[in-house]
Amino acid sequence: MFQDSKIPEGPLTEKWEKHKFNVKLVNPANKRKYDIIVVGTGLAGGAAAASLAELGYNVKAFTYHDSPRRAHSIAAQGGINAAKNYQNDGDSVFRLFYDTIKGGDYRAREANVYRLAQVSVNIIDQCVAQGVPFAREYGGLLANRSFGGAQVSRTFYARGQTGQQLLLGAYSALSRQIAYGKVKMYTRSEMLDLVIVDGKARGIITRNLINGEIEQHAAHAVVLATGGYGNVFYLSTNAKYCNATAAWRAHKKGAYFANPCFTQIHPTCIPVSGDYQSKLTLMSESLRNDGRVWVPKTVEMAERLRKGEVKVSDISEDDRDYFLERKYPAFGNLVPRDVASRNAKQMCDEGRGVGSSGLAVYLDFAEIIKRTGADAVSQKYGNLFAMYEKITGEDPYKQPMRIYPAVHYTMGGLWVDYNLQTTVPGLYATGECNFSDHGANRLGASALMQGLADGYFVLPYTIGDQLAQTPPTPVTTQHPAFAEAEAQVRARINKLMSINGTRTPDDFHKHLGHIMWEYCGMARNAEGLRHAKAEIQKLRREFWSDLKLTGTETEMNQALEKAGRVADFLELGELMIDDAYNRNESCGGHFREEYQTPEGEALRDDENYAYVAAWQFNGEDQPEILNKEELTFENVKLTQRSYK
Amino acid sequence: MAGSNPNAKPMNLTLKVWRQKNRNTTGQIVDYQVRDISPDMSFLEMLDVLNEDLLRKGDEPVAFDHDCREGICGSCNLFINGRAHGPEAGTTTCQLHMRKFSDGDTITIEPWRANAFPVNKDLSVDRSAFDRIIQAGGYVSVNTGGAPDGNEIPVPKEIADRAFEAATCIGCGACVASCKNASAMLFVSAKVSQLALLPQGNVERKTRVENMVAQMDKEGFGACTNIGSCAAECPVGISLENIAILNREFLTAKATSNNLA
Amino acid sequence: MSWINNTLSSSIGRKIIMAITGLFLCSFLVVHLIGNLQLFKGDGGLAFNTYSHFMSTNPMIRVAEIILVAGFGFHIYEALVLTRRNQSARGNQKYVVDHIGQNSDWKSRNMGVLGSVILVFLIVHLYNFYYRYHYEPLPFDSQNNKNLYAVVMTSFQTWWYVALYVLAQVALCYHLLHGFASGFQTLGLNHRKYTPVIKAVGYGFSIIVCAGFAAMPLYFFIFKS
Repeated sequence: MFQDSKIPEGPLTEKWEKHKFNVKLVNPANKRKYDIIVVGTGLAGGAAAASLAELGYNVKAFTYHDSPRRAHSIAAQGGINAAKNYQNDGDSVFRLFYDTIKGGDYRAREANVYRLAQVSVNIIDQCVAQGVPFAREYGGLLANRSFGGAQVSRTFYARGQTGQQLLLGAYSALSRQIAYGKVKMYTRSEMLDLVIVDGKARGIITRNLINGEIEQHAAHAVVLATGGYGNVFYLSTNAKYCNATAAWRAHKKGAYFANPCFTQIHPTCIPVSGDYQSKLTLMSESLRNDGRVWVPKTVEMAERLRKGEVKVSDISEDDRDYFLERKYPAFGNLVPRDVASRNAKQMCDEGRGVGSSGLAVYLDFAEIIKRTGADAVSQKYGNLFAMYEKITGEDPYKQPMRIYPAVHYTMGGLWVDYNLQTTVPGLYATGECNFSDHGANRLGASALMQGLADGYFVLPYTIGDQLAQTPPTPVTTQHPAFAEAEAQVRARINKLMSINGTRTPDDFHKHLGHIMWEYCGMARNAEGLRHAKAEIQKLRREFWSDLKLTGTETEMNQALEKAGRVADFLELGELMIDDAYNRNESCGGHFREEYQTPEGEALRDDENYAYVAAWQFNGEDQPEILNKEELTFENVKLTQRSYK
Repeated sequence: MAGSNPNAKPMNLTLKVWRQKNRNTTGQIVDYQVRDISPDMSFLEMLDVLNEDLLRKGDEPVAFDHDCREGICGSCNLFINGRAHGPEAGTTTCQLHMRKFSDGDTITIEPWRANAFPVNKDLSVDRSAFDRIIQAGGYVSVNTGGAPDGNEIPVPKEIADRAFEAATCIGCGACVASCKNASAMLFVSAKVSQLALLPQGNVERKTRVENMVAQMDKEGFGACTNIGSCAAECPVGISLENIAILNREFLTAKATSNNLA
Repeated sequence: MSWINNTLSSSIGRKIIMAITGLFLCSFLVVHLIGNLQLFKGDGGLAFNTYSHFMSTNPMIRVAEIILVAGFGFHIYEALVLTRRNQSARGNQKYVVDHIGQNSDWKSRNMGVLGSVILVFLIVHLYNFYYRYHYEPLPFDSQNNKNLYAVVMTSFQTWWYVALYVLAQVALCYHLLHGFASGFQTLGLNHRKYTPVIKAVGYGFSIIVCAGFAAMPLYFFIFKS
């Protein structure tokens, strides 16, 4: 054990209650004397900034977007889980806890996950009170659906735009505090470094993306809510601006980075259509409730299909392999994301993929359309079908959708203790930015839950513990650490601007993404990882000697912004590979080909790897130091996940 | 890698793009040629191709706003061939695909134009006026914690659905951009309707509409003349009915609130 | 009473004045049209002249006249204020290419142009039939009423006057085709049950009223000259 994870003593069900009582409180009159910086204003950051301001703290919130309403939380489609048991179908806090731990393949902390399940019920109440228009039954009560393979209906939703509605709820709460003057909002400001004074996080350095000005901001605590790092793969369902820079800068200033190799691949995305592809679009997982996944039974048939010699409709039922239904009769098409993704890849690797690239499987709605009619299907999935047609030019009412897995979410992130504090005192991480509660695999509809839980109901309590021990004296940017950090930021920007090579930031980014997807994507092996590490190191050297930028740093310069982010991805990518190489087991989203059951399922090694791998930065070009936080399971029995 | 349609022929296009250094300078249209554009590309991917070309040649890439590229974040905002978000109805710029254009086409690309949306650079504009309108009252004043159970107040499904439809506004600003008067009424009305329809929004109903309209006027948006361009160009189909609701809410509030200002 | 001022000078407040005055003017059109239908009576204008006499002397009507003038005044004044504001809201740099015609009706975008045509007509119309009636010596008919009918007849036998009159009615028709339903929308009266009815009534109203007015000069020009 390297670090106190501050998990409270006592029975699982009482830990959070007890902890809330034990954390020190900040005198209400003193709260206005504390400044808190919140970087990122999506669900986790927006909720935190609003809630902290409501408590009386002075909040400075930062986003690189033009408005907090643009954060990528907005794109979450399916829903948000909560253990309300409104449907009387046997749900409970413990069941949500259990499902999350099991779904995460036993690589998450029991205490955190239980707390998440506990506060999940408050989130729904809060959002309803904010005016979030959740779907309702005819009687006026909230509707639920079963989602992502859960055996109970606990997912609250707002058609296919739940993330949008929840984000706009948090945005409205934030807007209210901005109007009150309790939150000072800095839009189009990108955090480029963390400032540490006497071992504590005391501020950040930002760049104004409109005029290029470098600014110093001081506070008593810094909260990072900057999302995940899925864009390390270049192609992912993340938005284009999503990046790891804030988290990575914090990591290099001392915050440990936990489980970086745990990335989630979402099975139902629209396949890549060409090398110009800039991002991948997710089709909600809810489609798997009614769509059937298949590929042709034989490689020959698949080849003829790819060449356009036969049409989909020419393939008879007998020649189709509904591989998920065949292999997992109990769960069928609703197996967890990692299982569904890996199987799709396996089919394509066997040569049975469809689409002209052969990197896709079918998701077929013919049966449900036949059974309930096109209108009923349109009621349920109309917007998704329309989106699919817009992007591909194909009509999913007439022919099956083509889907392929894509990087979607990163379970890894900055290591935090039970208080959501990183290894740097005064620095907190919330939402997807932290290594979080999802273990090695996140369940559907749980990302929104975790972001809002952290922002609304956890951080506002736990941050006080540290602040109560910090004197309420004003903090300023006078300390030399600020000037030093700013100088480093400026030097780095100048260096990027002065390379004057031949390759663009996107060019390097695509190359990096290709390496990561090929060797550290859905399936990994030791040899590939070693190869990828060397490739990335080479690519990083090329980056710093052959990057091409134009314009200046004192104006809006989107290529410069990109370059800084790619530079950080190039370092983070290597750490992901180190982590994947270190973890000699398969679990959740991390599948090492050497470690699988005879049936090809992930084979965990609980004896040796039931730990959180928290990596510690140890200087430029030095191997990072691995710290292990052992995971203990007292309330669940570790079993091999089986969805047969 | 081939596209979904292997027979689709690549296109060559002429782009007329608005270039403007910053807010304080004037801009002009500059012509560019792009080659071998796949019909399966999105419009923004086509601009990516242009920008990669420009950067390699040592020119400055065209600045434009975008992020999610799946039609929900509301960042992208291009005025394409005289239409907000281009020629296809119900579509954001990022969801517009090149198969809607033909080989040899000339495409004019401009930023949103409104006094309240100053140009940052090239095609990127400042839409913070929208944020300030929301800050003026586009929320329900409930602090975190203490909310009653989600099922405490039943909301008829039909009302919840209508509130949802108004709430789907993505804040892109196409309504302002396409309106002859650069009016923001559709944007404002979407939020006012959403919260006026729901019981949770009822408490602050009057102050909300009074304050939001006052802020809207202060930002310098034009007035609605019921032309309907906004709703026709809205990528998420916010209906004109919301503007009627806004007018009604405003009139009722002004006539009955205790606010003497 | 600053709240009244603030309400009426807000963008929505001004629109509401436009709507109320506009719909009020619509009601005037109906009265005006019905009264003028007496031109078709074929009695050599006796009924029409009696009606004109009543309209110009009855104190109630004179009061209504003041309200009517105020209605026109506010409608025109608010239109000017809103047009200026709306034009400046776009900013100095207009779109280089603007295909607004693809997403909206010509008439809805050109209410100001249509209104200006109507205003020009109104001035000519008022000079001819109002100013001259009140302030110029006119002959009397057999019932000793001023013979406005004769003035109408001479006017409607002048081709350019008829052309102006018909053009103005076309403009008025387009103005109303948008304005009638638009007024209800501005007053917040939009409902999925009633709005289609309002729109249909608006169309019928615009066409019938304007056709009625246009029929008068055409009738005199074609059949009486």
